[in-house]
Amino acid sequence: MNAARIRIGFVPLTDAAPIAVAAERGFFARHGVAVELSREPSWATVRDKLAANALDAAHMLAPMPLAATVGVGPFQQPLVTALSLGLGGNAITVSRALFSELARLAPAAPGNALEAACGLARLAALRGARGAPELRFGTVFPVSMHSYLLRHWLAAGGLAREDAVRIRVVPPPRMVAALEAGELDGFCVGEPWSSVAVQRGSGVLLATGHDLWNHAPEKVLGVRLDWAEHEPEPHRALLRALLEAGAWCDAPEHRSELAALLAEPRYVGAPRETLEASLRVPGFHLFARYAASFPWRSHAAWILCQMLRFGQLEKALDVRRVAGDVYRADLHREAARELGLARPRDDEKVEGVHSTPWRAPGRPEDVELGPDLYFDGGHFDAKHAIAWLAGVAAPELRVPLDELAAAQGRLA
Amino acid sequence: MPFERLRIVLVDDQVARRGDLERALVEAGYEVAARLSSGGDLRARVAELSPDLLIVDLQSPDRDVLEDMQRMHQEQPRPMVMFVDESDSQSIQTAVRAGVSAYVVGGLPARRIRPIVEVAIARFEQFQSLRTELAETRERLDQRKLIDRAKGILMSKRGVSEDEAYRLLRKTAMDRKARLVEVARNVIELAELL
Repeated sequence: MNAARIRIGFVPLTDAAPIAVAAERGFFARHGVAVELSREPSWATVRDKLAANALDAAHMLAPMPLAATVGVGPFQQPLVTALSLGLGGNAITVSRALFSELARLAPAAPGNALEAACGLARLAALRGARGAPELRFGTVFPVSMHSYLLRHWLAAGGLAREDAVRIRVVPPPRMVAALEAGELDGFCVGEPWSSVAVQRGSGVLLATGHDLWNHAPEKVLGVRLDWAEHEPEPHRALLRALLEAGAWCDAPEHRSELAALLAEPRYVGAPRETLEASLRVPGFHLFARYAASFPWRSHAAWILCQMLRFGQLEKALDVRRVAGDVYRADLHREAARELGLARPRDDEKVEGVHSTPWRAPGRPEDVELGPDLYFDGGHFDAKHAIAWLAGVAAPELRVPLDELAAAQGRLA
Repeated sequence: MPFERLRIVLVDDQVARRGDLERALVEAGYEVAARLSSGGDLRARVAELSPDLLIVDLQSPDRDVLEDMQRMHQEQPRPMVMFVDESDSQSIQTAVRAGVSAYVVGGLPARRIRPIVEVAIARFEQFQSLRTELAETRERLDQRKLIDRAKGILMSKRGVSEDEAYRLLRKTAMDRKARLVEVARNVIELAELL
């Protein structure tokens, strides 16, 4: 085993849990990995340090390795991921004032994300007509599931244009204060910040990430492509340790201990009760169950389609090929095989068609996967990514559809 | 922009270190318009001060906010340079070479700050002009598509050839002192109404 320490960056959030647990409960040591953890203050810093070789691996927003690889953002640097650090965990919360206005206009909105989106679009139109200020929503980073779920939801109601709603990055710990100060009308953020707004009575939870897309991707472990190529064994050892740590995190009997560990200042540094409350919500944070750690190519393809749809990605690309180049199901399977864990046979699945848990073909046995419905009843097949794009409202799309269609390869 | 008028805003929570960097910048001939801490109304303050360059602590929790501002045309993007501690400098030096970001290392003498700032601004301007160029190309393409659609409508509704349809559009534009693309848009909107 390589004696060099592997430098791993993370942002203080609940879903950094497998990294903290692997370090504290001996999973890295068991697989012969010496690590150095680095708590980072922002996603941009994580990205820059990883790209600049100041980190070897990092807790990242699921779209970040894709964005860096295709050059959405300030530079281009090929990154890959072979491990998802968990599914779900976000929610859309709106101010009490906006909620009352919305509930008057669309009585079916509470508890129904699609009705809420349509109601919000009517509300925005009425506001525009009387010259009231536009709606303002907070997100955590331009390339994040928070941004894409929020924009996908807004677009379903008819607010597809970037200027229809003002979406701004706000650091998660300041989200609630911004809502209370009237600087935001709502936000999409990871836990515990929606719970905090609800507990304080300043916000109303309108839809969880799970309502918008069951078991949506959220965070991944990103590494540089060249590091994965030059250090395959340390990379696999890292994956093995994190796979075991993820299973540990999922065990209900460990959740209390996990909350205590994450509460420490060197990890999340938030109150233990707040962390534990969201960890106790069944199915809200998944680390291992339903193959939560598998890097689905269909997740990556959906994300690339959002980058195209919302005008972040300005050149044609082969969606499925790039998705598979960055989301490395092959590397994941090698590590899972070494542990004797069951892993999915296919790299992708059709998203949005399973309303109940189902069994996908796997090795050495089938794998149970969770529901994957979208709130609007849509479905996404990576094989027909461009047809999906053609069927949604995409006023910010910068690449002509025919050009995109011509760029798609013929993957089996 | 002549460098003697270059206005810089520093975002750093460590007051002592910020002072050192400010002195070095002033010595290098720059104007430090403001020193800001992270938090509350940083976004509004930066927009209002409208500096030529931002120098931001790598460890600032507001990095993502400032990067988001760079993305927004309406918020007038600014070039940004990261400021790191000497302890981080070795690992971060590769960042500059890799083109990741521009970095200023704490404790740098004034003469070494100027080239970093100049490179950051040049790179940013190059990036912005590429963006503008792309936007212009796209608009031209969109306009051509509108004109093509309007020609198609005229050809089918009035039974004229493509050349005649084009001449008709151009004559209308000249008569009304309007742009060709506006006439095309009117034709399409009318056709959709009827």
